[in-house]
Amino acid sequence: MEGIGIWGVPLAIFAGAIRVSTPFIFVSLGESITERSGRINLGLEGTLVFGAMTAYAIAVMSGSPWLGVLAAMATGAVFGLIHGWICKFPKVNDIAIGIAMMQFGLGLAFFLGKPFIQPVAPHLPSIALGGWSDLPQIQSALNINVLFIIGALLAVALWWAFKNTRIGLILRVVGDSSDAARAMGLNPDTVRLLATAVGGSLAAVGGAYLSLYYPGSWNEGISSGQGLMAVALVIFARWNPIGCFLAALLFGGAGALGPALQSVGVTQGYYLFYAAPYVLTLVILVATSSPTRSLGGAPGTLSITK
Amino acid sequence: MTKLLPMNRRSFLQTTVSGAAAIGFAPSLFSTPAAAQAALTVGFIYVGPKDDYGYNQAHAEGAAVIKAMSGVTVVEEENVPETVDVQKTMESMINLDGASLVFPTSFGYFDPHMLAMAEKYPDVQFRHCGGLWQEGKNPMNTGSYFGYIGQGQYLNGITAGYASKSKKIGFVAAKPIPQVLQNINSFLLGARSVDPAITCQVIFTGEWSLAVKEAEATNALIDQGADVITCHVDSPKVVVETAAGRGAFVCGYHANQSPLAPDKYLTGAEWAWGNVYTKFVTEAQAGTPLGNFVRGGLKDGFVKMSPLGPGVSEEARKTFDATLAEMMAGSFSVFKGPIKDNKGGDAVTAGQTLAEDAIELESMAYLVEGVVGSTS
Repeated sequence: MEGIGIWGVPLAIFAGAIRVSTPFIFVSLGESITERSGRINLGLEGTLVFGAMTAYAIAVMSGSPWLGVLAAMATGAVFGLIHGWICKFPKVNDIAIGIAMMQFGLGLAFFLGKPFIQPVAPHLPSIALGGWSDLPQIQSALNINVLFIIGALLAVALWWAFKNTRIGLILRVVGDSSDAARAMGLNPDTVRLLATAVGGSLAAVGGAYLSLYYPGSWNEGISSGQGLMAVALVIFARWNPIGCFLAALLFGGAGALGPALQSVGVTQGYYLFYAAPYVLTLVILVATSSPTRSLGGAPGTLSITK
Repeated sequence: MTKLLPMNRRSFLQTTVSGAAAIGFAPSLFSTPAAAQAALTVGFIYVGPKDDYGYNQAHAEGAAVIKAMSGVTVVEEENVPETVDVQKTMESMINLDGASLVFPTSFGYFDPHMLAMAEKYPDVQFRHCGGLWQEGKNPMNTGSYFGYIGQGQYLNGITAGYASKSKKIGFVAAKPIPQVLQNINSFLLGARSVDPAITCQVIFTGEWSLAVKEAEATNALIDQGADVITCHVDSPKVVVETAAGRGAFVCGYHANQSPLAPDKYLTGAEWAWGNVYTKFVTEAQAGTPLGNFVRGGLKDGFVKMSPLGPGVSEEARKTFDATLAEMMAGSFSVFKGPIKDNKGGDAVTAGQTLAEDAIELESMAYLVEGVVGSTS
């Protein structure tokens, strides 16, 4: 295979955006549903890692990666239900519960995942869209995983559903004012419970992508904080699902910058390039901030905006 | 037996510390002479999971070897962070399990954690994997052991040199510390011994274990045409699987990763800690003082090579075997001047030959000519 020189950088950013972004997409979409209902679930890092472990373990045992994804979704929903159920009690802080759930998820995943570090699980399939090119680099970059496509479609669907469906309306009402929701005859706790469960199950799909596709193996350092970053992305994206999708792409692409630059010989200062995603986030947040108005689009009952 | 253990341990330690002959002293304390020989509890502490196909697995395989020795009890703990946590682990191994010989295997365990424990428990022997122990500065119940694995990476480089068609090979590295730089340089020099036109691209990920970044680095190297990849990270699993998935050959590190990529795995530089631990335990059981500064390479049995894979040609195999034989005889040097660094300066001057245990190699801060990369 011939090298492709400096073109490797844009290609790596493009490919990285697709390869690395999927866990961010699923966790942030899940969290956007939960936060729209007025709760923050910080435990998604734990859910992500537990989902990665479950998916890998089930795929190893059953031989089917899709069964692994389904199992991960189920465990993610259970984690969400636990969080939602505890948070409905009075004077319980959802952020504190989230941190507890994160530690619980991580610890349980490490404990149960012990026997699955060595075995090799079947990977999720990808769709080869690069057949038109002779360059193996482009063919490889355009091997797009099905979950990425599902994530992209889901982002559009959620964006539409928040605005145009009854369920979207219910979520937004509950998120903006518990009193208004009660006046409508809705039970805010039930809505939040379900929203957290759905959010958890989506986050677990992100974990399944990590362990079953890219990088495609289970170990305890598999996530290295991606679940937490994704929760922050939701705020960065102003609770807009399409914004979440774009922010995830940005993070994935910026994360690929460091290795790509080194591979074309820009070898000085790689620690700085590795900070690129975070610097970029700061720049955008500062650029879009305003001294006169508070966070746009923030659900009214969210504990960070109260 | 459990009741006997503390007394047993204490007596053993008295003899070790005072330097008195254990054989003459110990039997009087025990009802049966047979028991005197035995009953040694050894603690192993790992920074990650012990089946990671990498650094920790290599140590755990060593621990498994001494587990089979008679009279030895092994206690292990995985995933111990390089924080005050490791002190707690050491204390519990010493106080609850009665460990009298402790191997904290990760670099960051040494200072201040192991040193603090060594001061608190002067009767317990501590041996740390790495090169940090200094005579006169660190207590005598502590010590360092380490292997010279650079020659293993040179042999990796030979197989890579024969297997590479693009004449470009790649190295995924964690941090630019001397050990890692020496491995990168040895890998390239091995490949260049086959074909002086070969270059080696290196990518530093900045951390010992970052799965996604390691995968991105491997992909970036292959996108730039590298067709043989090796690495120096804690767990090479991700690099090996990603590279083989893209159709590149791989050379392993730390442990044998050939089950992960049976067709693409050329060979690998592995630790053989079992031999090292056996030596320590035998000394401890015999009551002779343990070494404080223990080193060795391929010829000393500290390091071994994975069996050659199907991608290694007959010609490559011959060169590999011949070089290995020279190394086993102790007459081989990877760093033979003149060698330039990749900024044009002199790394090793003409006529200078650095043996594998040369002290200069331990402070290596350069990448040799032919390596594309930078140490900062």
